[in-house]
Amino acid sequence: MSLITTLARLEAVDTGRAQPLATVRHRHLSERPLVFVPLTTAGEAGAPLGALVGTDRDAPRLLVVPQPRDRDLRFTFLAELADVVLPYVDAYGDAVEAAERSETDPETGKRVKVEVELCADAPQLIVPSRAGIDFVRLLGRSMRFRRTAEQDPETPHPAPPRVPLLGRWLTHFGERARVPGSALLLALTDVLSRHWATGQSSLEDQHLGALLAWIAPPEGEPGAEAALRAELQRDAKGQLLCPPAGPATDPAFDNKLLAPAIERYDRARTALGAAEDGLEADDRLGELTAAEQHIRDLVESRTRPTWDAVWRGLDLLRGLPEGAHAADRWTRDRWSFTGHRDGVLAGEPPQPRRDDAVTAANKLATREREQARLEAQEALDDPLVMAGRRLAGEAFAGEVTDVVMAYSESKRPSPRPLVTIRTDDRPHLGERAKVYRSLGGKPQSAEFVEYVEREDGDGDGDGDGDRVRGRGEDGGADAGTDADEAAAGLSVVLRIVDKMGRGKEPEPGSVPEKGDQICFTLFEHEQRGGAKLPDPEETPWTHGGPPTESTEAAEATGATGRTGAAAAALPEPDPVTEEDLL
Amino acid sequence: MTPASPSPFDPGAEAARATGAILRDTLHGAHRGVVVDSPPGAGKSTLVVRAALELAEAGRPLMVIAQTNAQVDDLVLRLAEKNPELPVGRLHSSDTDPYDKALDDLPNVRKSAKAADLSGLDVVISTAAKWAHVKGVEPWRHAIVDEAYQMRSDALLAVAGLFERALFVGDPGQLDPFSIVGSEQWAGLSYDPSASAVTTLLAHNPELPQHRLPVSWRLPASAGPLVSDAFYPYTPFRSGTGHADRRLAFAVPSDGSSPDRVIDEAAETGWGLLELPARHTPRTDPEAVRALAQVVRRLLDRGGAATSERSPDPAPLTADRIAVGTAHRDQAASVRAALAELGAGGVTVDTANRLQGREYDVTVVLHPLSGRPDATAFHLETGRLCVLASRHRHACIVVCRAGVTDLLDDHPSTEPVQLGVTVKFPDGWEANHAVLSHLSEHRVSWRP
Repeated sequence: MSLITTLARLEAVDTGRAQPLATVRHRHLSERPLVFVPLTTAGEAGAPLGALVGTDRDAPRLLVVPQPRDRDLRFTFLAELADVVLPYVDAYGDAVEAAERSETDPETGKRVKVEVELCADAPQLIVPSRAGIDFVRLLGRSMRFRRTAEQDPETPHPAPPRVPLLGRWLTHFGERARVPGSALLLALTDVLSRHWATGQSSLEDQHLGALLAWIAPPEGEPGAEAALRAELQRDAKGQLLCPPAGPATDPAFDNKLLAPAIERYDRARTALGAAEDGLEADDRLGELTAAEQHIRDLVESRTRPTWDAVWRGLDLLRGLPEGAHAADRWTRDRWSFTGHRDGVLAGEPPQPRRDDAVTAANKLATREREQARLEAQEALDDPLVMAGRRLAGEAFAGEVTDVVMAYSESKRPSPRPLVTIRTDDRPHLGERAKVYRSLGGKPQSAEFVEYVEREDGDGDGDGDGDRVRGRGEDGGADAGTDADEAAAGLSVVLRIVDKMGRGKEPEPGSVPEKGDQICFTLFEHEQRGGAKLPDPEETPWTHGGPPTESTEAAEATGATGRTGAAAAALPEPDPVTEEDLL
Repeated sequence: MTPASPSPFDPGAEAARATGAILRDTLHGAHRGVVVDSPPGAGKSTLVVRAALELAEAGRPLMVIAQTNAQVDDLVLRLAEKNPELPVGRLHSSDTDPYDKALDDLPNVRKSAKAADLSGLDVVISTAAKWAHVKGVEPWRHAIVDEAYQMRSDALLAVAGLFERALFVGDPGQLDPFSIVGSEQWAGLSYDPSASAVTTLLAHNPELPQHRLPVSWRLPASAGPLVSDAFYPYTPFRSGTGHADRRLAFAVPSDGSSPDRVIDEAAETGWGLLELPARHTPRTDPEAVRALAQVVRRLLDRGGAATSERSPDPAPLTADRIAVGTAHRDQAASVRAALAELGAGGVTVDTANRLQGREYDVTVVLHPLSGRPDATAFHLETGRLCVLASRHRHACIVVCRAGVTDLLDDHPSTEPVQLGVTVKFPDGWEANHAVLSHLSEHRVSWRP
């Protein structure tokens, strides 16, 4: 945790309210997000109990599995979910704009620009908490390899038509959510705690109710009390007033309310099956419907508070203006969405169960690049985030006090002006360290030359400097050592090295002027792409060679999508041993 | 320390035997790869240089893959020192100042940013990152991968197509490679891109011969057993020197202050623990930083002289023979500032990551867990403590807040167990306890 976050959390404890960590919103929010509040069955991994889903905050669609262990009912649930999610996703696949992408020409081997489609907007899924993202991933995995009766007439438990496709989309959303800064699938608790610091631990921040209690506590109530109430308060029947955001449910709910309700439903179903004549069946159907309705009511009663909380959280986030680079990152999300749309349309197989060596390495490289990009962009977009980086010695801001023109020592001397900046920050500048500033949105680099003693050395005569330095000391608790005092009286001399044009004289506006307020970072603003990895079929011997035939076969059959060979090509399950049975 | 045994341990002969076996497997073995585990200061770089020279002599074109530019330049200089006639290529990036200027004085070292300019040279050396950009060339018959345990699996994936067979050399006890984003998704896969290159290599090629260098020439007899027991319990090594071979003496006697007392303790026994009162502090604990700076200042002021097997005369303990190690960069920065204020500028101050592979006479270490309220996986990492505790030839002084033992007991390792991942022994918790219990015998309490 950075010093500034610690400070914000301390302030939150002190004031009883969450403190801002950002002045802008660092994630794109769709005009029309699809909110998904799922519940899962305790003790049964991947068995959904129900969900609220939809784009209209006043009219969520309630989906319920009255007997979660019944696979047919589970399929019905998934088919209904597909009926909500897929039309929403498809709607974004139609509106496209022309874009360019560089591709390697297969004939010449050169990089060429090709015109491609880019979806003008992309769908956005919002789940209440991080566990919700895992659940989306789990649902995706459980569905994408299912076969429908149309794909494989002999499959023993055919899935409803659109369920495998939903699985592929949910897998894509889940996988994209692992890319730092992406917004196709967001966990609201993550986004909220990016923007506000509460006075509780980050583990507690994953409780949506408690998190919102800190950010927007009820009138006159301190955040800590409101959060505690959200976490613990129960009604007369022992039920939580603010049910957990899921997908896991509260055990008291499972035991006291849900279990009896499901038992009643099971009894009603058995009774209906045993009905001997139409009249009796009618009666018992009535009882079954009532039992199912009861479960539906229960599920709604646990999901609706979360549903409303999600929309309240979105309102809070919408109160912040969107950060300048968030749109840039959203464009990457659009590319990702378009890419998967194209893959589905082209009849590509579902995502494999495991990444091969090359895919895994490529994904890791992409995510590391996006993480660095995100950190740089958030700082550039938001003075409060930049303040945190300055406090950490990774950036510094100040006033330009002197500019001396100088030139490089080469045959064609280029401008290398020396700029002196008075700063009260304490950057960790090493010898000839590179620093960057944003010049019209592009990074301009400079080289650290030296520190010079400031005339107002000890800061006594400089009210402004004193104040800023004082802030740093508060943050460091007792960081006011002698060494720090010495550092505060320094100016930084930099040599600007690029973005000044090709001429002997720098282009106007490309060199800072005396009196300018300026901010340099020690981190780069843009990320270089890494080296290209070999193709999967050229995986070297150190990494086990190219992917084996069985995985390829699985993918190939998936591509044709008509035979049952995919299942045959999967590795055999472990044999059942005596230890497996109680 | 040497147990009474019929045949006394001869470090030189043991090391020579191991090196011989390694070179035999490398030059004449049937396997595509050879792995060499080397404890701290066991002559890994010497081995790399020797293997490179022998391969070049045998007429096999060789590429050498190191992890950082500093390591590459260091290898080039060592090669040129051993054989100034050898044509060596230094492949470098197109940034400004891509290589050490000292390379410009070597007539047989050709430098270029393009691999094609260096084709035909006996040995071509570069970083893994730069090699990854080399495409469409005839594969080298042989490669040496240096610091292979610090290389990530995905970096090896990018370059493995460039060579037919390779010698992988590294220290398994140092810091594992890391990634700045989560990679649990691939945990347990044999080719987990965030694992170390050697882990992936051996998972796919378990039959490869594995060798071990048995003797540390850097670590003194006082440090060998502790580092071996704490960090290499299943692959023990010995110190190449005896207790009598190294001596650290000071011209100026102790003034009785805590820094002087801990310096004397460390000079005498090889270890010193300067213990500050227990307290939760910010990462850049000002008191600890100040104490550390004062220890360094006194080390310089007291006219230290280090006697070792290298030369009959004592060598003065100068600033370039002292290093300060920390866990975090901001800690290093505040130590640097504190040292600058005391006029002790020439001392190396760096994080464990950057001190890997370096060697000094005396090291002063800010304990990674000092003043912390919690023991996270980062601070517990075995490799971090191992690097910090194994950079010295004579003595290591650790500056730490009291109470770390209790902190450890309050925070047992809680990392989730991942299926298919080999559990690494010893874990940081265990190693930290082992080191602390040894250090507690050399404790000096801080008195301002």
